[in-house]
Amino acid sequence: MKIDQNAKYLKSHEWTRKDGDAFVCGISDHAQKALGDIVYVDLPAPGKHYKKGSAFGVIESVKAASDLYMPMSGTIVSSNTDLADHTDIVNKDCYGAGWFIRFTADDPKEWDTLLSPLEYMKVSEKE
Amino acid sequence: MAPFAGFDMPIQYPTGAIEEHHITRRSVGLFDIDHMGQVSVRGSGADEWLSGLVSSDILSMKNGDAKYALLLNDAGGVIDDLFIYRFPGEWFVVVNAGNRDADAAWFASHMVPGVDLEDVSDATYMIAVQGPKAISLVDAVSGGAAGGLVRFTAGTAAIAGVPCRIGRTGYTGEDGVEVFFPADKAVELWDFLLAEGSRLGIETAPIGLAARDSLRFEAGMPLHGHEITPAINPIEAGFKWACDFSKDFVGKAALERIVQAGSARKLATIEVTGGVPREGYEVQDGAGNRIGEAVCGMFCPTVHKYACNAYVDAAMAKPGTAVAVSIRGVPKPGSTVKRPLYLPTYRR
Repeated sequence: MKIDQNAKYLKSHEWTRKDGDAFVCGISDHAQKALGDIVYVDLPAPGKHYKKGSAFGVIESVKAASDLYMPMSGTIVSSNTDLADHTDIVNKDCYGAGWFIRFTADDPKEWDTLLSPLEYMKVSEKE
Repeated sequence: MAPFAGFDMPIQYPTGAIEEHHITRRSVGLFDIDHMGQVSVRGSGADEWLSGLVSSDILSMKNGDAKYALLLNDAGGVIDDLFIYRFPGEWFVVVNAGNRDADAAWFASHMVPGVDLEDVSDATYMIAVQGPKAISLVDAVSGGAAGGLVRFTAGTAAIAGVPCRIGRTGYTGEDGVEVFFPADKAVELWDFLLAEGSRLGIETAPIGLAARDSLRFEAGMPLHGHEITPAINPIEAGFKWACDFSKDFVGKAALERIVQAGSARKLATIEVTGGVPREGYEVQDGAGNRIGEAVCGMFCPTVHKYACNAYVDAAMAKPGTAVAVSIRGVPKPGSTVKRPLYLPTYRR
């Protein structure tokens, strides 16, 4: 299992990284492996606001559909439109080109409350 | 791994379901399908007995012929769908794993003197070799046994010294064969075919259940328990072509009544945008009224569509009808389309 040491995590397998004044979010290597081939991604339009823990999108694999959860309260700046026709990018490069959303946080300090790479590794290894 | 009719079977191999699907369409997929059952029918009364139990005209089959047939109950519902091979003095019937017991009970309750029925499933292993290069691969390891067969016929040959029955049949929409051989040679032959593929430079990969499902779905083939069940008849399912009304068979009278009265519902293939339609999802008309339910659905890798099969009100089943599929509670726009989404290569 690959872990991005610069990201922080949710138990539900979303990663979040600082990106200038904003944040970028995707799903972990553990999650993409468990889901299998990703075949559909539904992401929000820019300007939408979500509270921490609320569902901002849906990801569907050959096996099942899963909600994507907002790691921090914030407003969508952009979604990764490349994924619409090339969902396999999520499987191939989940911490890079397979990102989902870029957002500005209501409170950037909320990032500090997320799971560290080590904490997330322990959580996901138990699954 | 997933439990499937008493067998532990891989949903996918490390290659991944989508890539496995593409490999089968472009080169060779290897399918470990030992879960399929095989029944051998012999005896002086075998021809008439089996013909009276299945929907297709099998008496016109010559030795070596293979044919699709349905096993129907008295109401015309589909107990199982079968592939029947005719060999000298023997009918070799391939049945679905999950229906072995139901089939056996049905056969037993209709048994007559002069028929010798033997379930040879445990002694028989079954591997399918499917894809545009499957014939080249099998020819190379069998002294040309596959290329000499026309579609829907079978022969015998040795592969790696193992005596095999080889049918030019399959469940993917691609050319290829299904190979039957003694079960104790399973690992040996599986490894041999993969190794020979590699040695000959023919891309060959093992294919799991997920890709097996998307391949057969695109090609318009039914999966028992989904498109067809004991509560679904072949008329509404679109398999009237597999029923020969010029002969007698169990379920024929019911089917004639159904044809006469017309079907209230029909199987429709529906393409959807905005998510993956899956089994159990509600199908709606433009006004949001329920008109049916998906029996299976998925992303289709070759045609690059999201689609499901659903039983809907017959009037709504006509290709080109605007419908919606409720995906996780949200109606997503769709349209009924012509089957198959992918025309099998041997029908072109």
